[in-house]
Amino acid sequence: MDIVDLSRLQFAFTAMIHFLFVPLTLGMAFLLAIMESVYVMTGKTIYRDMTKFWGKLFGINFALGVTTGIAMEFQFGTNWSYYSHYVGDIFGAPLAIEALMAFFLESTLVGLFFFGWDRLSKEKHLAVTWLMALATNLSALWILVANGWMQHPIGSVFNIDTMRMELTSFSEVIFNPVAQVKFVHTVSAGYVTGAVFVLAISSWYLLKGRDLPFARRSFAIASAFGLASALSVIVLGDESGYELGDVQKVKLAAVEAEWHTHPAPAAFTVFGVPNEQTQTTDYALKIPAVLGLIATRSVTEEVAGLSELKEKHLERIIRGQEAYVLMTQYRAGDKSPATINRFNEVSADLGYGMLLTAYTDDVANATAEHIAQAVEDSVPKVWPLFWSFRIMVACGVSMLVLFAAAFWHSAKRTVDKPRWLLKFALFSLPLPWIACEAGWFVAEYGRQPWAIGEILPTHLAVSQLSVNDIWFSLGAIVVLYTIFVIIEMWLMTKYARLGPSSLHTGKYDLESPATVKEA
Amino acid sequence: MDYEALRFIWWLLIGVLLIGFVVTDGFDMGVAALLKVLGTSNDERRVMINTIAPHWDGNQVWLITAGGALFAAWPTVYAASFSGFYIALMLTLFALFLRPIGFEYRAKIDSETWRSRWDWALTAGSAIPALIFGVAFGNLLQGVPFYFDDILRLHYTGSFWALLNPFALLAGVLSLLMIVNHGATYLQLKTEAELKARSEKLSVMLALVCAVIFVLAGVWLYLAVDGYSVTSIIDTNGANRTTDKTVLISAGAWFSNYAKWPLLWLIPALGVAGFLICALASKTQRHITAFISSSLAIAMVVLTAGISMFPFVMPSSTTPAHSLTMWDATASETTLMIMFVVACIFVPLILAYTAWSYFVMRGRLNEQHIRDNSHSLY
Repeated sequence: MDIVDLSRLQFAFTAMIHFLFVPLTLGMAFLLAIMESVYVMTGKTIYRDMTKFWGKLFGINFALGVTTGIAMEFQFGTNWSYYSHYVGDIFGAPLAIEALMAFFLESTLVGLFFFGWDRLSKEKHLAVTWLMALATNLSALWILVANGWMQHPIGSVFNIDTMRMELTSFSEVIFNPVAQVKFVHTVSAGYVTGAVFVLAISSWYLLKGRDLPFARRSFAIASAFGLASALSVIVLGDESGYELGDVQKVKLAAVEAEWHTHPAPAAFTVFGVPNEQTQTTDYALKIPAVLGLIATRSVTEEVAGLSELKEKHLERIIRGQEAYVLMTQYRAGDKSPATINRFNEVSADLGYGMLLTAYTDDVANATAEHIAQAVEDSVPKVWPLFWSFRIMVACGVSMLVLFAAAFWHSAKRTVDKPRWLLKFALFSLPLPWIACEAGWFVAEYGRQPWAIGEILPTHLAVSQLSVNDIWFSLGAIVVLYTIFVIIEMWLMTKYARLGPSSLHTGKYDLESPATVKEA
Repeated sequence: MDYEALRFIWWLLIGVLLIGFVVTDGFDMGVAALLKVLGTSNDERRVMINTIAPHWDGNQVWLITAGGALFAAWPTVYAASFSGFYIALMLTLFALFLRPIGFEYRAKIDSETWRSRWDWALTAGSAIPALIFGVAFGNLLQGVPFYFDDILRLHYTGSFWALLNPFALLAGVLSLLMIVNHGATYLQLKTEAELKARSEKLSVMLALVCAVIFVLAGVWLYLAVDGYSVTSIIDTNGANRTTDKTVLISAGAWFSNYAKWPLLWLIPALGVAGFLICALASKTQRHITAFISSSLAIAMVVLTAGISMFPFVMPSSTTPAHSLTMWDATASETTLMIMFVVACIFVPLILAYTAWSYFVMRGRLNEQHIRDNSHSLY
């Protein structure tokens, strides 16, 4: 493997592990704030115990979120130094603002959340919890503004003198439609994750007949919060589909295995086996018109297919080749008006020209094969995207059904929930994580071959490190993260099993001295 | 405000963030690094950990923010330093991994072995970054081997082992010891009896050692480390032309700013004075003075390094013309302006709620308090 593969692997691994912890933090922070609000409004201590107990699990998760988060911030500089130089002018700003506006607040308040119970009035502590939840979400907003810009880079322009992208409109970057839909979709997914987590563990207590009042109340809050979140995640995901149709046509075509443009409105492929060789989808089960409706909100607009998109890419690569050559001439000292004017005409396709650097060092004399290869690689592989997208949707729909049933039974105020429902909830525990990881895979793999959509190819974005350096860091990270995740899961299971008894209030089922010596 | 002014302001702001990091996260790193040195029992170590438990996470965000601000305000510097010092940065990262989980998981299991292992993890997680940051500054002062190619891709030609040269190691030791000392002055403020007495004793010694090393490093820098100076005119108001300047390497160049503005000598002088006052205050049990003078000293150490190198931030030893300065390695004027406004709004807010959180958690901790709240504290 070369440095590009290794750098990508390392980034993918660290990002995917990081996102095991982030969605739970996003969701639990609000659930804790809701539980504590009920405590402050009703004065019933069981809600305080709920806040504290679920807060303990939140803390175990939060620690690894922080740990794996530091790696994310370091890695742009360590492993993607050309990326950092090339787009830092735009991409760095939301990251810095995230730290200043959100992460500082979150990290300061999380200390008071855990250690301020006896030092703050009820109301002040509640305010701390709410602000912590708010800061967590603000944090997600800025990160997704940054990520949204990678998907759909607007509000910026290439500067040939500084050899990088520079900011022209910060408001365009913030109100980037891709960033906005991604933000709401991602945080809702986080809320769903928190809700499934609380619902599943509460169901386990109910199945065991333990700590019933505590578990029922937790179940009720999680089911209501979860239903609202699951509905919003699906509606907002659909909105994402519309944005894709608008600005990320390649990703949409790959996700939907749209090999060719068909007459409008396009059919939606529910199931099938994408075949890269024949550029068709075998055994396809299609619903007419649905894709057209999702992606274009109309019955007359076409959804572009991959082969037609590649034809466009061919034109852009040829113009990009010229842009790249002119850029090199300019930087070598040819600052004649002719060069500059022509460069400005074709500079929008410079990124496409850069794609050629993966196949030849001499872009000016790239052969027809090089160009054909670049065109072929200008779209991502179909089957990984096709499948991960469908896995995500299936998990999402399953969780929606779960929350609808759970909410129905909570609203009826039946004291004993049916056992099938409790088991359904318990076994749904992994679903939100599978859905989140699959969703991010679609978002990031679907952007390939670009690091910054149509601006900077992934292969150019890496740091010029040695293969050994990256093997060392990747190996160490894999070993360390594996150890951390094992410890985390073990502690999480241990405390979930102990349940509210771990608070040592003397009120809960397992609190005979022998059983809870630890903790 | 013009581009030149913004560039200068961002040089100051990066300095403020780095100083914010060493002054705040510095003391919690110092406390954690001292766990096995000053804490003789599990309860004592828990006292130490709980003095910083509510704050270390917020403190660490100074580092995250400094990283983010570097990315936004000096993207090329961020790219060059993080990828150039790759292995060193990775080791720092691995060490930093251990802190959040060390703090959070240590108390979760009531077992001597479990807790002792996490104590070591916290010690390593705090001492290693302190050491490496110093080593990194030591190397910046000597110049780092890198160059840019025709599309401004950075190529670093040195090795990790070359970073561990004598001058850089001395800088690393200074960084480690001043942070450990800073932790000891914080413990003077937050603990009682034995633990407090041990912290005072340690600070007296460490602060003096730090003063000596700081002076020694200065002399070494003057006698044996060549400095850099720009010999062409940099257009401080124009677009970055990072690779289009001429740079001269010469002995004593790192002292040229002091020769030009003699008042600057106050900065290193205050650094030495801070350490000395810290030693004296620890000896006479003036805990607040000890902590403040330690903060002052480490802030001045960071500033001294910055001022000596000004306007350089990352000189290239192999291709001096490609050295990065705070005039020609910055973000665009638009980005610097936006980030300046954001910093003006949020830095005061951050200081306000951070101060409030320290106020809420004020007071000293003792072992009785730990035993009474064994299940809710770290």
